[in-house]
Amino acid sequence: MIKSLVSWIDDRFPLTKLWNEHLAEYYAPKNFNFWYYFGSLALLVLVIQILTGIFLTMNYKPDATLAFASVEYIMRDVNFGWLIRYMHSTGASFFFIVVYLHMFRGLMYGSYKKPRELVWLFGMFLYLCLMAEAFMGYLLPWGQMSFWGAQVIISLFGAIPYVGETLSLWIRGDFVVADATLNRFFSLHVIALPIVLLGLVVAHIIALHEVGSNNPDGVEIKKNKDPVTHIPVDGIPFHPYYTVKDIAGVAGFLIIFSLVLFYMPEMGGYFLEDANFVPADPLKTPVHIAPVWYFTPFYAILRAVPDKFLGVVAMGGAVAMLFLLPWLDRSEVKSIRYKGIIFKTALTLFVISFVGLGYLGMQPSTPVSTLVAQVFSAIYFGFFLLMPLYSQWDQTKPVPERVTMP
Amino acid sequence: MRRMIAVFALLFPCISFANTGELPLTPANNDLRDRASLQAGAKTFVNYCMGCHSAEYSRYQRVADDLGIPEEVLKKNLMFAGDKVGETMSIAMSKKDGQRWFGVIPPDLSVISRARGVDWLYTYLTSFYLDSSRPWGVNNLMFKDVGMPHVLWEQQGWQKPVFEKVTDAEGHSHEVLKGVALVDEKDAKKAADYRQTVRNLVNFLEYVGEPAKTVRQDLGWKVILFLAIFFVFAYALKKEYWADIPH
Repeated sequence: MIKSLVSWIDDRFPLTKLWNEHLAEYYAPKNFNFWYYFGSLALLVLVIQILTGIFLTMNYKPDATLAFASVEYIMRDVNFGWLIRYMHSTGASFFFIVVYLHMFRGLMYGSYKKPRELVWLFGMFLYLCLMAEAFMGYLLPWGQMSFWGAQVIISLFGAIPYVGETLSLWIRGDFVVADATLNRFFSLHVIALPIVLLGLVVAHIIALHEVGSNNPDGVEIKKNKDPVTHIPVDGIPFHPYYTVKDIAGVAGFLIIFSLVLFYMPEMGGYFLEDANFVPADPLKTPVHIAPVWYFTPFYAILRAVPDKFLGVVAMGGAVAMLFLLPWLDRSEVKSIRYKGIIFKTALTLFVISFVGLGYLGMQPSTPVSTLVAQVFSAIYFGFFLLMPLYSQWDQTKPVPERVTMP
Repeated sequence: MRRMIAVFALLFPCISFANTGELPLTPANNDLRDRASLQAGAKTFVNYCMGCHSAEYSRYQRVADDLGIPEEVLKKNLMFAGDKVGETMSIAMSKKDGQRWFGVIPPDLSVISRARGVDWLYTYLTSFYLDSSRPWGVNNLMFKDVGMPHVLWEQQGWQKPVFEKVTDAEGHSHEVLKGVALVDEKDAKKAADYRQTVRNLVNFLEYVGEPAKTVRQDLGWKVILFLAIFFVFAYALKKEYWADIPH
């Protein structure tokens, strides 16, 4: 019965073909470790965000006079509204946690290197899109931090010579962040950017499945195929092996997610900032304006540069660096396991700088902290710009023929 | 590498302690599960605070249900403007009047506990002191030149500021506000009761800030327990499938 239904569909739509190509006969290296959970987890969080977002949209009012109250209405009067709202707000932060770990995995194991440049580029566009999505979503609760955060970030465009002021006016739709801004951000947050995100996710996965997954050894499993079956000897079908593994990963992830969601949804003011429980007031600037934690590394780079326009350029450049990674790394090996001491040191310094910048971006700036941020920013850029040199000087180790199992 | 870590370890304290100097907060030590305390807090809130402050995202009915207050008691003791039980806790004073009388619109208090924190609120409500330079004759340790009068002064008794002589780096000595003390020591007993009143009030404000907070805490561990059991089975399933992958 089911078989005949499937064959009926297969005659009209490549159902079995798609299932096999992407799951049952997609051969993934058998040596994936802990770091390989975060791709599927990112997809899970995306689904959580879309589903909870749909229900939030049913009760949220994108109007400067109603927005703040409508969020409190969701928190109080909508059945399980608090749960939906916290899932969405916690999900936003976890999206970045998962994506940062996912990107770090790529950095460690050289997943951006040939032939996966496009996988990396689509991923970077996803990251960019996610940042825009998060930024616009953060305006919607219309609290003080929503308002002033958006005000500060949009005014950065004003630093661009000649067109800056016009450009920021065009983005806001008003001379300050106002109802017009809230309305357009809502539109972009719930329609435009999610569509782009979903499209990029599809492209990211198609590109990945075209070239095949990298692995902690950086060995190309497609180079070593079984002569009879033409299946990579170190590959295993994604389904059922990685689907069951990822389900266990999902359960583990959801436990941590639930701990935050149910017991510390504000995460000490990092996921939901205290000042955002005060309705937006254009006449009252908060003492300390800081973006949400996932933007603070770039915010710290912005503040580290004394000139406003150059700061904006540095901030944009910091993101742009990541796009160039596939062409900056000249190393002969992919994985950190076979790279030498120079790369390992560089990556360690990079991580310290990135986390350090993230911390500094949350604090009010002082002369000392600005100096430290400048050092960290220099390391951040040095990691990328000097990579063509140090990745060649690095003493690499020989890469094995087959993957190694943990 | 090690030297760099040492440098960071030395620098970070400078950054995080760069701007202290604020007065310490007194912990509120309130208990959201203490219904009697919440009910007492609701009573104080409605009788004293709601003259000027609304809690307009909160509904009377919800408060009564969550705090276990019967409808007759709710109508008799907590609702004075003849509102319907399903209505929000709004006030009659207009924003314009508030601005004219206090120089600032008294803020809505629905989510004040989430913006300020309970410890801040507790400390704020217990640190009004006499200051003849202010229009209402009082000032506050936590909120300099606050527009609000000390509404609950009868329950606490007046407090006076306590100054401390400080000598700065250039050798000049000046007085710094350190804390508050009762004007009349006979008010000590009253002041102790007042601290309990404020604790109850702050407790109610925390409740009103997030009425579903205890619901969420009660649901959370059940969800996590389910996930933990699910994880055990998911992990066993993974082990079972992966048994045939050669290492």
